[in-house]
Amino acid sequence: MRLYLELARRAFQQTLTYRGAALAGIFTNGIFGIMIASVFLAFYQSHGSGDAVQGWTRDQTITLVWINQSLLMTVYLWGWWEVTRNIQSGAIVTELLKPYDYFTYWLSRDFGRALAHFLVRGVPTFLIGAIVFDILAPESWLRAASFLLSVAMAVIVSFCLRFMANLAGFWVLDYRGIAAMFAAIMNVLSGMLAPLAFLPDPLRIVANALPFRAVIMTPNEVYLGQVPIWEGLGFQMLWIVILIVSARLLMATGERRLVVQGG
Amino acid sequence: MTEPIISARGLTKTFWRRSQRKGMLGAMRGLVDRGGTEVTAVDDVSFDIPAGEIVGYIGPNGAGKSTTIKMLTGILVPSSGEVSVAGHTPWEERRQLAQKIGVVFGQRTQLWWDLPLSESLELLRFMYKVPERRFKHNLAEATDLLDLAPFLETPVRQLSLGQRMRGDLAAALLHEPPILYLDEPTIGLDLVAKTRIREFLAELNRSSGVTILLTTHDLADIERLCKRIVVIDHGRIVHDGELERLKARFSSKRQLTLDFDVVPDLASAVLPTGTALFDQEGPRVRIAFDRHERSAPEVLSLMGRFGTIRDMSIDEPAIEDVIQELYAESARATA
Repeated sequence: MRLYLELARRAFQQTLTYRGAALAGIFTNGIFGIMIASVFLAFYQSHGSGDAVQGWTRDQTITLVWINQSLLMTVYLWGWWEVTRNIQSGAIVTELLKPYDYFTYWLSRDFGRALAHFLVRGVPTFLIGAIVFDILAPESWLRAASFLLSVAMAVIVSFCLRFMANLAGFWVLDYRGIAAMFAAIMNVLSGMLAPLAFLPDPLRIVANALPFRAVIMTPNEVYLGQVPIWEGLGFQMLWIVILIVSARLLMATGERRLVVQGG
Repeated sequence: MTEPIISARGLTKTFWRRSQRKGMLGAMRGLVDRGGTEVTAVDDVSFDIPAGEIVGYIGPNGAGKSTTIKMLTGILVPSSGEVSVAGHTPWEERRQLAQKIGVVFGQRTQLWWDLPLSESLELLRFMYKVPERRFKHNLAEATDLLDLAPFLETPVRQLSLGQRMRGDLAAALLHEPPILYLDEPTIGLDLVAKTRIREFLAELNRSSGVTILLTTHDLADIERLCKRIVVIDHGRIVHDGELERLKARFSSKRQLTLDFDVVPDLASAVLPTGTALFDQEGPRVRIAFDRHERSAPEVLSLMGRFGTIRDMSIDEPAIEDVIQELYAESARATA
């Protein structure tokens, strides 16, 4: 257990070392946030600004835009392919020769990284949104605390999904195709681009049941009060259990392939 | 006779190499048709390594060195054969074995790129569950022997290759493994760094009795460190024994360097049978001869007729040449 805490702590530290990258990132998230929020403002204005669209009021949607921009790096939607690269370079051999659990090793590191990103990327980005736009506050302290818990669970769900996508490296020579597909799926089905409620009907129902929702949409729903707290957190918990089991099974399969067929 | 700490019996590994097909159609056929060839990377390899020995495991690229090391660490399951390392069957008890081995791959690091070296090293304390006092002692010792102090707080990405390798060696040893596997530990290092690593390994083996199995292409590593070498080519062991014996086996060709008091005219002279002029620089002449045809004193006395010899020396065959001949012989045997 101590090892995994130490791993998280070092990943946290490691993430903090890139100060320039953090500043540039906050700038980018800020610009994107302003752009997307402006598009939604125009959309609501043309629609008649008092009305909710698919159950989402203007202020709720604007709040979602800024929560999304703030969580982007914390849940690390796309762009993490370290395990794939380690599989393909053969570095995974060195890692597997260490006496630790490989899945927990990376989960701990990712959690430390996520916490650092939440503080140095998430909080400042959210403040920009709060200053420039009308952003809703959570309706109670309980909602606010549940939101933080939901973000933590979103990190675990996101990690499991990314980890499994990374394991494709055991079978596929070039991961770029998978990376492009993964980014597209994450963007649309997590609710990163727009609330899932805006999707056309059959897709909306499917998307609401999938684990991608737990990465972005659920923390928003918990924050904005659109689902009962227990329902949001329960939905995430269910997927965490399913995904951890699946990720471990997939890892075991990949590892078996590695030890039989070589790197 | 004590039990060997590493023992391999009939170790064999075959891989199935899918044949590459050309073009789109070929790629699609490849999906259904599992055509390919079986490649034997390691073929019936057996050896015993007693505790405390340094063994050089050498062979040309693709000979099966890394495949063997992978099977000895447990990251690769052999197609057949038995292995025992420190009492474990590696691929069945990889985690338990991990506590007893240190592994260094010269081509890659196990240190965290963005963190100071000291942070990476401390992480190992928790990984291997080394008691804190023990760890501090080991770290102090490694810092001293490998002279890590000047860059202990430097992020690994800023270290020179030689410093990084010293860091990696420390990382492999902090849990006091009785066995150390080194895969090309001096690759890419300059002469000073290489010497330093060799001295450290020799000292480590002498003082702590750590068993070392190392692969290398740098034969100076072998000459400095290993009494015994195992040579593998095309997956098969072609030599296992003392370095000196290998030299003796292949040292039929020798060179005699003679210093004459005047410059002898050898260009047109007829040399004794079984000898040949290797080169000549003024009065210094080097004669190549075959040990089995002529003895050195014989060559010396025969050369005496070309002038007065002031000094002489016999050159030992260079290890590079010996190994080259060994590979050539094994190639002939296969053909």
